[in-house]
Formats: sequence, C-alpha cells, structure tokens
Amino acid sequence: MTQKRDAAIVGIHEYPSRDVEGEVSPLQIKAESAARALEDAGLNWSDVDGIYDAGEGGGMGGLTIAEYFGLHPSVIDTTSVGGSSYEFHAAHAKRDIAAGKCRVALLTYGSTAHSNARAIGVGGRGGASMHPAENMDAFAGMTLIANYAMVAHRHMHNYATTSEQLAEISIATRLHAMRNPEAVKAMEDLEFLDIRETTIEDVVNSRMIADPLHLLECCMISDGGGAVVIAAPEIARDCRKSPVWILGSGEATKYPTPGGDITSSAATQSGPQAFGEAGVTAAEMDIAMIYDSFSITVLTLLEDLGFCRKGEGGGWAQGGRLRFDRPSDGPALNTDGGGLSSNHPGMRGIFLLIEAARQLRGESCSQVVDAKLAVAHGNGGMLGSRHSAGTIILGSD
Amino acid sequence: MNEPVRPLPRADEFDTREFWEGSKQREFRYQQCNHCDEVVFYPRRHCTGCTSGELVWKVSSGKGTVYTFSVVRQSYHPFFRSRVPYAVAWVDLEEGPRILSNIVGVDDPLSEVSIGMAVQVEWEEHENVNIPLFKPIED
Repeated sequence: MTQKRDAAIVGIHEYPSRDVEGEVSPLQIKAESAARALEDAGLNWSDVDGIYDAGEGGGMGGLTIAEYFGLHPSVIDTTSVGGSSYEFHAAHAKRDIAAGKCRVALLTYGSTAHSNARAIGVGGRGGASMHPAENMDAFAGMTLIANYAMVAHRHMHNYATTSEQLAEISIATRLHAMRNPEAVKAMEDLEFLDIRETTIEDVVNSRMIADPLHLLECCMISDGGGAVVIAAPEIARDCRKSPVWILGSGEATKYPTPGGDITSSAATQSGPQAFGEAGVTAAEMDIAMIYDSFSITVLTLLEDLGFCRKGEGGGWAQGGRLRFDRPSDGPALNTDGGGLSSNHPGMRGIFLLIEAARQLRGESCSQVVDAKLAVAHGNGGMLGSRHSAGTIILGSD
Repeated sequence: MNEPVRPLPRADEFDTREFWEGSKQREFRYQQCNHCDEVVFYPRRHCTGCTSGELVWKVSSGKGTVYTFSVVRQSYHPFFRSRVPYAVAWVDLEEGPRILSNIVGVDDPLSEVSIGMAVQVEWEEHENVNIPLFKPIED
C-alpha cells in the first residue's frame, strides 16, 4: 500500500511550566505556545489559515480564538471531545489540507487546572445538569478515578489482571519522566513526595484512592499547554525541522449499553481505521504515546490497539517491556513521562502528538534509536462510561 | 449550617422525568421498543434500535447483579466525602438496563461487595424523588 503523505507536523511546543501560580491565563499559554511552535517550524502567524480549537480558553472558542491570535483563517474546527480533542484536530487538519481548504493548521491547548485547584480526579460529580445521562448518574457520587477503577476491577475479574501488572505502566512512565528535566521540575513544583524511579512495590503500596487504583496509578493535575503546527507537503519541505507525516487517523466514541463490555474501549473502532489507512500494524510501532490518565487506561488501550490480545495486556506489559531502552520488545511508552509523571492539565492529547513528533525527529530525552513510526492515541471523557478515541499514526520522513 | 445532601436529579429533565416520576411510586421504570425489542436506558424519546420505534414503559423487578464496582476512598464533594468509603457500581438489571448506583446495606464495602453479586433496588427517600440504590440479596 502506498502511504499518503498529505500533511505533516512541522512545529511543536510544550509549555514548560506546570505551575504558573495563577499568573498566566489559559489563553496566554495557548498564544505563547503557538508562537513558539510557529518559530520551531520557521513559519509566522500570517502563514496560518486553519485553526483547530477545543474551546478550553472560553469565549465560545471558535468565535473568538482567531481574533485573540489576530488571524483570518479559512478553516475553523471546534471539535471538543475531551482529552483526545487534539488527535481529532490532527485528523481533521490532515483531511482539510488534503482537500485544499487550508495549508497551515494551528492546534493549541492551555489550562491552569492546578492553579485553579480544580479537583479533576476526586471532585465527585455533584449538581445534576440538564443532560439526561448526567441526570441519571449524578446521585451516585462516582469520582473520575472511580470510573476508571471500575474498568480495572472488571478487567481483573475477567482476565486475572493484577495490580502488580498495572504498576508496570506507572514505573515505565516514571523512568522516562526522571530523564526529562521538565518532568522532574513538574513533580517538584507540584510537590510530589520522594521524586525518583519507582518500583512495583512502591506503586502497589501507595495509598488506595478508589479500589483497585492506587495513588501512583493516577495522573497529576498540572497547569500547562502546548501547540502543534501541521502543514501541507509543499510547505513542510521548506520548514526548519524534518516533517513528521500523519499517515493515518481514526475516531470513535463509546458509551454504556445493556450488556456492554466495559473492558473494551472505543479504540477498537478508531485503531483499525488508523492503522488500516496508514498500511501498518501495531507491531511495527517504535513509539506508543497512549493517554495515561490512569494505569488501566493504558493497558486497555494497548490491547484495543492490537499490541496484544484482549485480556493479555497484564502479562504482556510485565518485565519492563515498555521502557525506551528495550526497543526489540515492543514500543516505548510515553517517553516524556506521561500524564502520570510529567504533564496532565486535564486534556493531555496534544502532548501525545508533541512527544511522538520529538521521537521521530530524534529530539526526545528518552530517544529510541532510529524511531520511524509512532502511534498517538487520545482518550477523552471517561473510559468506564462515555468516552472518545482518537488514533493518529505518525511516520518520519 | 445545613447538612450536605446527595446531589438529586432534576424532575423536569425532558428524557428522564418519567423515570424519576416512577421513583415516587418505587417503580424502576425502563423503556423497550414494541417494534424491535431494543431496551433503551437511560430513558429517551426515540428508539436507538430502529427509526420506527414505539417505546413503551415497563417496570423492572429491581433485581440485578453487580457488573463492576469501585470503593471510593477519597472525594472532595461535600456530601460524598462524609460517606467514604462507599461502593459505586454499574448494576445490570435482569431485564437489561445497566445503571450507575451505590451498593448499600453492607457493613464494610471493602470486603462485602463483589462482581456478580445479586442485588435488589432499595429506594432512598427524598422529598420529591426517590433514589434507586442497591443492596445485596441471596441468589
């Protein structure tokens, strides 16, 4: 199969601070990240003719973001599906560029979740809204962590998965975080205790937050943001860095249904679309940037993307397989340190694209030698109930 | 200062108001399509199985099993933080609906709740609505 090379990531920036101490707004983080990503590409504001925005900066997103940046784009896409919005944006940018609707697409993200002291994980879900699903669920007091914990419990029940196996996700991610100075600074600024590489025992002996998930299986809550610039081939060829091609994409949602299987996610739909379009398989991936809100998220998504069979993820992940320095064993997981140990301001999807691009350029702190193919998979909403899946396959030049 | 209370549903929400109306009679109501037999839950006005749907309201026995659960140890919500540890569960009713609820009537949720355990609805009374919680029963 001939891979289509319609669009490439040409500029990236991850906002370095995870604690802005209430001094910077989400919109300011978005704009600064955009400027840095455009510089990284060797482009300017005036080159941008497509904006992709999840609306997290407020002000009706698509109506006001072009004005804030000072742009006059011909494409405005405001897909907002939670943490995977940026994988959806990358898919749509590729589609719009291939259709000739725009040539330079700008994706931005900014959040001050930490400064706002917003309890993303354990906030309870109070206050029934007028959406019918919320009106049925709110009375039960399901925290976000409990939602994912219910997936883990059923996974353990069906497949005899253990907490020790899930801990492999946490320790591989922390290993990579300790090699990333920005991740170490993040953990210091967010006052993590005992910042070091962790062991399986550390994870399973950490405090239980919602059975069976322990503290060290849960992501941090940081400030942060970033930007990605995606361009048409004729522009990508002249940019400062080598292009990182978007080879395939897939999108899906999943939600509770009578008799449905909670251990299987929307990635079972988005994954085959993306790998099929790219003409590659999971086994060929050098890098797996998988949304690590919790340990169970990664285990579920790796299975659903086809790295191993459903239910076999626990045994498959054992023995350090996901470390960056074991390339012959399979993909390197979340080599930036992930949401668990580097950056999670609420919607982490943009960082999956950024670190995958770093790897394919040879710029990661935990660089996989000669990395050529990467998958970035975002999960939005809540894995144990209604959630979105965006899969992007990336390849080096 | 008022005691914090459980977040309660709105009685006027368009799709789910019939369910909450039924709760006042301690009826666990759900919908099924006369045309394609699809069970629809949460409640809606349209059938999700076919376009010529004729949804009718039925009353569940209130008996089901725990599909999966978690015991919440930490919550910042004013009501729920006073209740930790408590069990949140997806419960499969024998007629098909799957509902998010709490498992109550156990001394220790950490040791007394399990996947597959048989449960029965137990309504928690409030002024204008009753809340469907679930307690263990013999199989």
